[in-house]
Amino acid sequence: MSALRSGRQLVAAVRALLVATVVLGLAYPLLMTGVAQLIAPARADGSLVSVDGSVVGSSLIGQSFTDSDGEPLPEYFQTRPSASSYDGAASGGSNLGPNSEELVAAVGERRAEVAAFTEVSESEVPADAVTSSGSGLDPDISPEYAAIQVERVAEARGVPVDDVQALVDEHTDGRDLGFIGAPHVRVLELNLALDEQLG
Amino acid sequence: MSSTAAGWLQVALLVVALVAVHKPLGDWMARVFTTDAAPDPAPEGPKSRLLPRGHWRVERLVYRAVGVDADSEQRWPVYLRSVLAFSLVSVLFLYLLQRVQQWLPLDHEMAAVEPGSAWNTAVSFVTNTNWQGYSGESTMGHLVQMAGLAVQNFVSAGVGIAVAIALVRGFARSGTDRLGNFWVDLTRAITRVLLPLATVAAVVLVLGGVVQNLSSGTDANTLAGATQFLPGGPVASQEAIKELGTNGGGFYNANSAHPFEGPSAWISLFQVFLLLVIPFSLPRTFGRMVGDRRQGLAIVGVMAGLATASLALTSWAQARAGGAALQLAGAATEGQEVRFGGPLSALFGTATTLTSTGAVNSMHDSYTPTGGMLVLANMMLGEVAPGGVGSGLYGMLVLAVVAVFVAGLMVGRTPEYLGKKLGRREMTLASLYVLVTPVLVLTGTAIAVVTDTGLSSLLNSGSHGLSEVLYAFTSASNNNGSAFAGLSANTPFYNTALGLAMAFGRFLPIVLVVALAGRLAVQGKAPVTAGTLPTHQPLFVGLLGAVVLVVVGLTYFPALALGPLAEALA
Repeated sequence: MSALRSGRQLVAAVRALLVATVVLGLAYPLLMTGVAQLIAPARADGSLVSVDGSVVGSSLIGQSFTDSDGEPLPEYFQTRPSASSYDGAASGGSNLGPNSEELVAAVGERRAEVAAFTEVSESEVPADAVTSSGSGLDPDISPEYAAIQVERVAEARGVPVDDVQALVDEHTDGRDLGFIGAPHVRVLELNLALDEQLG
Repeated sequence: MSSTAAGWLQVALLVVALVAVHKPLGDWMARVFTTDAAPDPAPEGPKSRLLPRGHWRVERLVYRAVGVDADSEQRWPVYLRSVLAFSLVSVLFLYLLQRVQQWLPLDHEMAAVEPGSAWNTAVSFVTNTNWQGYSGESTMGHLVQMAGLAVQNFVSAGVGIAVAIALVRGFARSGTDRLGNFWVDLTRAITRVLLPLATVAAVVLVLGGVVQNLSSGTDANTLAGATQFLPGGPVASQEAIKELGTNGGGFYNANSAHPFEGPSAWISLFQVFLLLVIPFSLPRTFGRMVGDRRQGLAIVGVMAGLATASLALTSWAQARAGGAALQLAGAATEGQEVRFGGPLSALFGTATTLTSTGAVNSMHDSYTPTGGMLVLANMMLGEVAPGGVGSGLYGMLVLAVVAVFVAGLMVGRTPEYLGKKLGRREMTLASLYVLVTPVLVLTGTAIAVVTDTGLSSLLNSGSHGLSEVLYAFTSASNNNGSAFAGLSANTPFYNTALGLAMAFGRFLPIVLVVALAGRLAVQGKAPVTAGTLPTHQPLFVGLLGAVVLVVVGLTYFPALALGPLAEALA
């Protein structure tokens, strides 16, 4: 008798799951995809940025501005260190602990590298420049990290510092609504603007 | 504005939003689960004529398809069998779907998921844990994400709500052996609560920049001349229910830290709201259904008090940037996104571990030693402040039973809660409930750290390494799903062990709760006398808070002392 009743519940369970799969697993996401493509197609497709018809990236996804040997390009604002080297197919952080010797060494090395490359003292290098993000795809840097890079970029491009600074200001967002999150500089869009306006 | 001031304004906005929404949502849910035919006492339910009170037409279609009589109620063993049958079928189906995804459409050339990983993931999503040993963007095709994982995001949250409602009915009803009908409760949780809210939330997420497409991805030619793969996917629809149902399983490996899942700070704060809104509204539902809103207020008071204390401590610890590497960097920015900043990351980390969500917008493994210990301790409290969708309420109500019992011991009276006498059988069930998760966590951790296979997965060594293992078993047994992600958990040992921890951590408590509900419902109501302990006053709120901290928290103290505490003091 008990087995029979359990059997009845199992049959109901199979049917319920099938209904749920059709409604919640197919109808709902497909409907939402349709709605999204209707109301905000660019955002729904990943806020892609194109130059001359070719996709150069997403304004939401960070990328590295290094040459083929992995050396940073001085004419571009540099993004943060990334545990996944900005590989869009492998997001994630370093997951190193706060006392990890590996992380201590990495932070020290990066600090020295950034200071030398940007020609500032090590104490001027902000924290986001020497730590990797949670996603490995952080599109932003702090205004402090942008500030120390302005002179280097201007020099590498042979343009006035003020012009570069103006573009940095243009691509700096404060906190949402004035208090949510943290101020940040959108690096891909900034670097694109540099190429377009200060070639 | 200073970072700290901005941080607390974020919290203030969140609290205002939760306070504003919990009343209508809590009242609505009380109405949803109080049917006309059922003998529920609904003395002051709001009377709206906008929506019919009985079954909706679409629900009748569902009941017909499922083949159940929606107007007949179940005794507790049948209710429980329905829960377990549905979950068992779900695990099997999700396992199968992952194993055959390469032959199905929208697989985007993903191979079949390995058996160990597929078992782990199936259990993980069915138990509302969403522990992820795999990396989403390189393992799961869009079809598995939609028709497998996202479906469980809905129904596992629905199961949590149903079980909580069954327990509430146990308190609200008297002299009956009927707890309601699981299939009706599950259906209504989805048609009347989760699906409408998720639809609205998904639209907001899309407007905020979360992606929603069926593309397999785009190759971009970067400014520096390299190629970068930009993934696609139906993310917003899944993200909405992932937070709303306190599931937490990211579409991508980096979860809500991924810019396609958490594109901006306000979206991240909105996600925190989503993952808290149902758990913080259910106490109102409880108060309504037992006919005394003050009882719900007392429960939510304990939840809010614990949550506030935890958030304050975590924010403080993260701002101090403890730990050698973070000290050297100058701030706790490792594993953190610039757009979110410190306070919002700490807020998300606190909310996700106080509920059973486990989504992350920053990497907990790289938190300061004290911050990491606090998010771990949040889960150890049993996720009751406010806890997962449904599971938070039933967990807190069981602890309330324990608190009443403790108070009864002090004054030498038979303990009563909401007019129900708490005898030997009731207390046995409640005590077993409290013991289940610590046993799973501590046994699992102990086995892992004395075996070579368990230790070989550690990224960090020493006390932080122990924290990684402890975190994994705590997260799995409490159905949270967040990780100290340095642990390489996609191994046969961890896939199996954590899968078992998730299954037992979800279903043993559910068995005990439904049995308790059955015993309570058959009792009559004891009249309130001068000797009855009032359970809606600050004294009881304080007592319940203390019980949560002492009974549950102290269980883990030795393990915490060897792991994060040792690291924080080193």
